[in-house]
Amino acid sequence: MNLLRTCVLGLALLGATPALAVQPGEVLSDPALEARARALSKELRCMVCQNQSIDDSDAPLARDLRLLVRERLVAGDSDAKVVDFLTARYGEFVLLKPRFSASTALLWLAPLLALIAGAFGFGYALRRRSSPRDSANLTEPALTAAERARVTELLRGSGQ
Amino acid sequence: MIAEIGHYALVLALGLALIQSAVPLIGARLHDDTLMAVAGPTALAQFAFIAVAFAALAACYVASDFSVVNVFENSHSAKPLIYKITGVWGNHEGSMLLWVLILALFGALVALAGGNLPATLKANVLAVQSWVGAAFLLFILGTSNPFLRIAEAPFEGRDLNPILQDIGLAVHPPLLYLGYVGLSISFSFAIAALIEGRIDAAWARWVRPWTLAAWMFLTLGVAMGSYWAYYELGWGGWWFWDPVENASLMPWLAATALLHSAVVMEKRNALKVWTILLAILAFSLSLIGTFLVRSGVLTSVHTFASDPTRGVFILAILILFIGGGLALYAWRAPMLKQGGLFAPISREGALVFNNLFLTAACATVFVGTLYPLALEALTGDKISVGAPFFNLTFGPLFVPILLAMPFGPLLAWKRGDALGAAQRLIAAAGLAVVAIVAVFAFNGGGPVLAPFGIGLAVFAITGAVTDLVERTGLLRVAPAVAWTRARGLPRSAWGTAIAHFGVGLTLLGIVSESTWGIERIVSLKPSDVVSMRSYDLAFEGLTTRQGPNYRQLTARFIVRHDGQILDVMEPSKRTFATRNTSTTEAALLSRGASQLYISLGDTNADGSVSVRIYHKPLVLFIWLGAVVMVIGGLLSLSDRRLRVGAPRPARKASLQPAE
Repeated sequence: MNLLRTCVLGLALLGATPALAVQPGEVLSDPALEARARALSKELRCMVCQNQSIDDSDAPLARDLRLLVRERLVAGDSDAKVVDFLTARYGEFVLLKPRFSASTALLWLAPLLALIAGAFGFGYALRRRSSPRDSANLTEPALTAAERARVTELLRGSGQ
Repeated sequence: MIAEIGHYALVLALGLALIQSAVPLIGARLHDDTLMAVAGPTALAQFAFIAVAFAALAACYVASDFSVVNVFENSHSAKPLIYKITGVWGNHEGSMLLWVLILALFGALVALAGGNLPATLKANVLAVQSWVGAAFLLFILGTSNPFLRIAEAPFEGRDLNPILQDIGLAVHPPLLYLGYVGLSISFSFAIAALIEGRIDAAWARWVRPWTLAAWMFLTLGVAMGSYWAYYELGWGGWWFWDPVENASLMPWLAATALLHSAVVMEKRNALKVWTILLAILAFSLSLIGTFLVRSGVLTSVHTFASDPTRGVFILAILILFIGGGLALYAWRAPMLKQGGLFAPISREGALVFNNLFLTAACATVFVGTLYPLALEALTGDKISVGAPFFNLTFGPLFVPILLAMPFGPLLAWKRGDALGAAQRLIAAAGLAVVAIVAVFAFNGGGPVLAPFGIGLAVFAITGAVTDLVERTGLLRVAPAVAWTRARGLPRSAWGTAIAHFGVGLTLLGIVSESTWGIERIVSLKPSDVVSMRSYDLAFEGLTTRQGPNYRQLTARFIVRHDGQILDVMEPSKRTFATRNTSTTEAALLSRGASQLYISLGDTNADGSVSVRIYHKPLVLFIWLGAVVMVIGGLLSLSDRRLRVGAPRPARKASLQPAE
């Protein structure tokens, strides 16, 4: 989004021709509309490609979708309506950023859950350790017999 | 004949791996020195035999021996020599062979450099290392044998995927594998410690250099992969949140966390249980990465060479090692004694904070990458999780890490002084605020994210400098004293500051490129001029020429800066007849850390050609920052303290009888 706004700004400053589309022929004459089209394109998946947005892809289907997005925008649809239109046609698969729903709740909450679980885990472990009951265990682990023998040997060695 | 020698060597390596998996373990159990001593020589021999197998395959490629299926499918006699050699690992079988080669290399290095390890620990580590080796050798011999022959040898090979015919293939996979597989050492150490049931600060001191080395390779590998995608794929992006990229990012995040938690363990004998878990997880993520890439469960731009039937085998390996490792952890970890108390505001606390957010970020990438697969398997619903999701979730998790990063090194161990650290960071914070205001003014309002991103990067960079200034007392004492102090600082302190500086640099590149990068997509006819910022690019025309195994269409641009001729840029497109595919070779012109980038599109019916031109300010900082991080890692690795567990004379005394 930022990139796009800056692009538009940069172009406006340079007074260049508004060639902002993925293919020169696809450009809309209205820069604001074109900027919206590109922002939308980055969020839509090219379904025949491997993990590419229609903005990045050279595939014919991606081109068709880009044109379709622009067609809807020119017809006066809002961004949300365009997305709805495409989702109705191609399913949720077309969205690179899935909508929050029962089946994606876990996905969207994962970062927060990981953070909370981690914070509780660390908090619990640290609190337990700072309680006096456990302070007795804070000594270094005891040496095994073999290690004690080696220590004696090393100490004797350095004393030479 | 050569292929058969390779095949035979691989079988022998498997035999050795099986011996190494069992005998030293029994020896460690019985405290039998003879049995434990088997580990070292078998590790070396295993490496030698895998190296022979690898050399044999390379020889088949160089000689274009098309009676070997693998060579026939992935090579071509007209291919330049360098790509014949890199083509060895440009396919599934060969890359798995490289994987076990590096695994065996690390095993051999432990056998050679582990003279000061306690005998039982060394035996257990090498045995565990060999479990992994045996599993993957079995996988190669059973499902992915690179030495299979064709009864009637074809006359010509099918050639390597043209995208892979690039110097990037020579560098990126080996580096990445050195990182991926290097984490196996941390894993083996963790499992060995769990088997022995004891772990101490010395353990962390042994593990840290290996983790650090793996992390450095991983950092370089990921950065190199990103730069390769940037110039080869031709649409100017450098990170696509592709599942395969995520597969390399996850181990990197885990390794970064492990690196930091191992410091706490080494210095303060705390966070042991957590460090062990991280070591297991980091390598598990490497295995998962291998699984994702090699099994073909993902359909992504990177999956050129995959076969779903092999997925089951790798999945079995995955379950065995991750499941087994975690089960062992659940059983033995509670027995490990904890040590080293600390207050929440302390160096340890800061490192815990770092670990918390890094692992949360890692978990986010993990869930985002695997969620579509899991959902489809469970419900049949197909969804996509792409860049917009990751930008929205991963970004916010990294901001606290970057904000806290300058504080960490300024806090004391055990109990830190947050206010004191904040006061020492006032200059850095001030500069960051100045940067925010300046960027905000320069942008004339605009998006708020950009100024804060730049501010954060400036804070990270100046924070790293503050750390060094504080440690040397540069502004408080005489320069000569500061110089002496600077020389007396442990290398690891320099390493920390420099690596953190690199993080800031990378962030600066990312924010700057994504905020001020401009893009033009135009159709050009000869003598057309495109103006971009202060550059004028004059299109001269198209030429074609014949390469060794492709035809190349080249566009010529004269670049002028403020009217002065600066340079010539020649983006091109290569068409490979053997596979009927083409690649774009973008032209890059670096000016300082910024770049002009031209990528050639299709030629149109009216004789014009579609071209994408980008100006990317400070884009090189993204990768330069990674290189700086690695330099920090190198400095830290050269710290004497990391290499020696005990004072020098004692080490020598213990080395001689052991060898």
